[in-house]
Amino acid sequence: MSTTKRARTSGRTLTTRKLTVTALAAALGVSTLAACGGSDDSGSGAENSKVVTLVSHDSFAASPAVLKEFTKETGYTVHVLKSGDAGAALNQEILSKGSPRGDVFFGVDNTLLSRALDNNLFTPYRAKGLDQVGSGVQLDAAKHRVTPIDSGDLCVNYDKKYFADHKIAPPRSFDDLIKPQYKNLLVTENVATSSPGLGFMLGTVAKYGNDGWQAYWKKLRANGVKVDDGWEQAYNNDFSGSAGGKKAKGDRPLVVSYASSPPAEVLYAKPQPKTAPTGVATSTCFRQIEFAGLLDGAKNEAGGKALIDFLISKKFQEDMPLNMFVDPVVKGAKEPAVFTKFGAKVTAPETVAPGTIAKNRDQWVKSWSSIVLK
Amino acid sequence: MAVPFAFFAVFFAYPVTAIVGRGLKAGGSWQFGRIGEVLSQPDILHVLWFTTWQACASTGLTLLIALPGAYVFARFDFPGKQLLRTVATVPFVLPTVVVGTAFLALLGRGGLLDELWGVRLDTTVWAILLAHVFFNYAVVVRTVGGLWSQLDPRQEEAARVLGASRFAAWRRVTLPALTPAVAAASLMVFLFTFTSFGVVQILGGPTFSTLEVEIYRETAELLDLPTAAVLTLVQFAAVGAILALHAWTVRRRETALSLVDPAQTSRRPRGAGQWALVGGVLAVIAVLILLPLGVLVARSLDGPGGYGFTFYRALQSQGAGGGTFLVPPVDAIWNSVQYALAATGIALVVGGLAAAALTRRAGRLVRGFDALLMLPLGVSAVTVGFGFLITLDKPPLDLRSSWILVPLAQALVGVPFVVRTMLPVLRAVDGRLREAAAVLGASPLRAWREVDLPMVRRALLVAAGFAFAVSLGEFGATVFIARPDNPTLPVAVARLLGRAGELNYGQAMALSTILMLVCAVSLLVLERIRTDRSGEF
Repeated sequence: MSTTKRARTSGRTLTTRKLTVTALAAALGVSTLAACGGSDDSGSGAENSKVVTLVSHDSFAASPAVLKEFTKETGYTVHVLKSGDAGAALNQEILSKGSPRGDVFFGVDNTLLSRALDNNLFTPYRAKGLDQVGSGVQLDAAKHRVTPIDSGDLCVNYDKKYFADHKIAPPRSFDDLIKPQYKNLLVTENVATSSPGLGFMLGTVAKYGNDGWQAYWKKLRANGVKVDDGWEQAYNNDFSGSAGGKKAKGDRPLVVSYASSPPAEVLYAKPQPKTAPTGVATSTCFRQIEFAGLLDGAKNEAGGKALIDFLISKKFQEDMPLNMFVDPVVKGAKEPAVFTKFGAKVTAPETVAPGTIAKNRDQWVKSWSSIVLK
Repeated sequence: MAVPFAFFAVFFAYPVTAIVGRGLKAGGSWQFGRIGEVLSQPDILHVLWFTTWQACASTGLTLLIALPGAYVFARFDFPGKQLLRTVATVPFVLPTVVVGTAFLALLGRGGLLDELWGVRLDTTVWAILLAHVFFNYAVVVRTVGGLWSQLDPRQEEAARVLGASRFAAWRRVTLPALTPAVAAASLMVFLFTFTSFGVVQILGGPTFSTLEVEIYRETAELLDLPTAAVLTLVQFAAVGAILALHAWTVRRRETALSLVDPAQTSRRPRGAGQWALVGGVLAVIAVLILLPLGVLVARSLDGPGGYGFTFYRALQSQGAGGGTFLVPPVDAIWNSVQYALAATGIALVVGGLAAAALTRRAGRLVRGFDALLMLPLGVSAVTVGFGFLITLDKPPLDLRSSWILVPLAQALVGVPFVVRTMLPVLRAVDGRLREAAAVLGASPLRAWREVDLPMVRRALLVAAGFAFAVSLGEFGATVFIARPDNPTLPVAVARLLGRAGELNYGQAMALSTILMLVCAVSLLVLERIRTDRSGEF
């Protein structure tokens, strides 16, 4: 530990004591004390209109410098609350509808959008600068209850080394995946518990239609697809192309992940390789779009609006890719070099309308489970 | 009595009732018909069956593997015994995320078994069972071994002198004395495995699901509150039954046994047979406990440029985890410690007062309260978390985005441990000492300070240590309420594992190793101040 570190921790002992005292006070039922105890207590923003609270899922990330920039421009400080994965975070907002925990919710994607809109979670607001956002991602263009912030593609990733060693061409499309030379090579995620898994299934629904996708999955199962519960396990353990998978001696050279995973493999490797160790099968993609919305009943509506404007400003959009590994939606926002150099260009991703997803989701998940897991 | 009762009511009973009510009430009236509907679904029945089956199997396996360990720790002295006992307890407080990762590395592809015999156990039920044994080994060793070490061996010797065979003496003297402890330990292990969440989720793959995992899915993912509510009630009933049985065995255990100082009962192993037994137990501990922990350490050091501290150094940089945290991950250690201190404080106050109340008064009501305090151990974090969400949302109790929520939720789990540790010691304090002090003119407070406190000080410290360790590893509640500017260790590990790239994976391993060390050190400190009585856990 460096001396500065030590100095900082010793300076904190006082707060600890204060924390503990507050904790005891709260335990003894004097809970009002908790509301003003500790310097890092956000309160609920009611008595402090200079704070704007962003509720999100676990994957939200932004550079502190950029958030400071927002404070400098508008005077509002951002507090971030994360609560579980995308589905869990949204469901918690639905449960606390009317007295939300924050002002803005970020992270509702096109697979969950209908659920959020049907529950009237958001107050309509047309963000400043929306004209710079591509029309293809504006799924609520009539009412502006949500604003598109980023998009990302879920695609099959392949381990370049494996296919080079075995002298097989890597797969490119859904149709390729059921060919005999790719038998027992693919690992995907459980549709019921993982959003990449769900996205990949929706991609097959879009591709083969409501009648054909189940037959496709039967063939995929016959071709030895493996299903893990979550992305972490599939990608970091079973996939042979990722750093974690290499250590775990993963034996699946194909995995359902993101189009932005290869840049991440490069960025987080020391020393950085000249080429990405993994590639993307660009005709196996499903496009995910994430939205933000002003929560109904927000205590700091003005701050919330300013924050949504900021989320589609160039500053935030250009900072976002390396933090969340997603693509900007604003025209003219520059992608980082790692993305342009090592990422894949997905030209024709599959999509399914949010309403259709909401209507059929449970049914699809059930029939997928019975085909693939039973 | 009032403080623990209020705490329990506000932070446990009210939120849980509210979330169950939200699921089972329609138009203001309870819809108990839904219970039948849910319980007639084949999927749900399958989950119930699997939950019960694996809990029974895990408990059996744990007893089988851990009872010889309990005997060896109780009766023999060998170098490094203290340290080993501590190490064996570390798994109990590790977050399941970490354990799941370690077991995957061990039993999965390319793991040790795979290297040696080409055996792979991941996504089989064996992985789940072994991980459960790993977690609960210490529960049996401490509960049973603690008592065993205090049983007077002379009683058995007396029986031998009177002509009983070695086995008969053991069966008639030692076994009856041990039975309640074994029963209590089994019930505890059964409770922990019955409500297992992380292990099943990580190691079970998509095919195995326990009640706890199903409740999480129905609540957090599907927002199917009616089904979740029914399952919560089922789990409540099961856990209630287990706890009632447990309370009964504990009461049986408090019958008069002639207990002696454990230092007198343990000795050096003699002869090949005894050495073999000790060696066998040590081998089991090495394979079952040290190996998974070792895998984590090895992976945390296995950097890109050969072995070294690359990942540990990366933990100190702001950019680690790519802005997920807003702080360097190393800060998570400090955050965890702060939360754990606050949680320990709350748990000690609430648990200590509860234990005191339970000592002073007897009777059915008080005993019921004792069992009630154990309930949080068997209720899923997601139920409590979502309950908080819909109940603690109005001033003065709008704590939904306050940091205090984390220690509060953790203290709920810590309180039972505190009560279990304090209660036997408090009950052992002779009331006449207090009376004597009062007669000599001491105020009640002074009497307590001069009489009770010196006697319970060590128990307090042990209880504090347990609460502290439990809170450090607690993951379920924190994941809902942790904030990115102050993540806890387990949450930081989970988030690092959730990102692609070698550095992230390595940092997750490094943080897990640090967490392991912090737990081990706090437990080692506890071992130094162990109370001279049988631990309940």
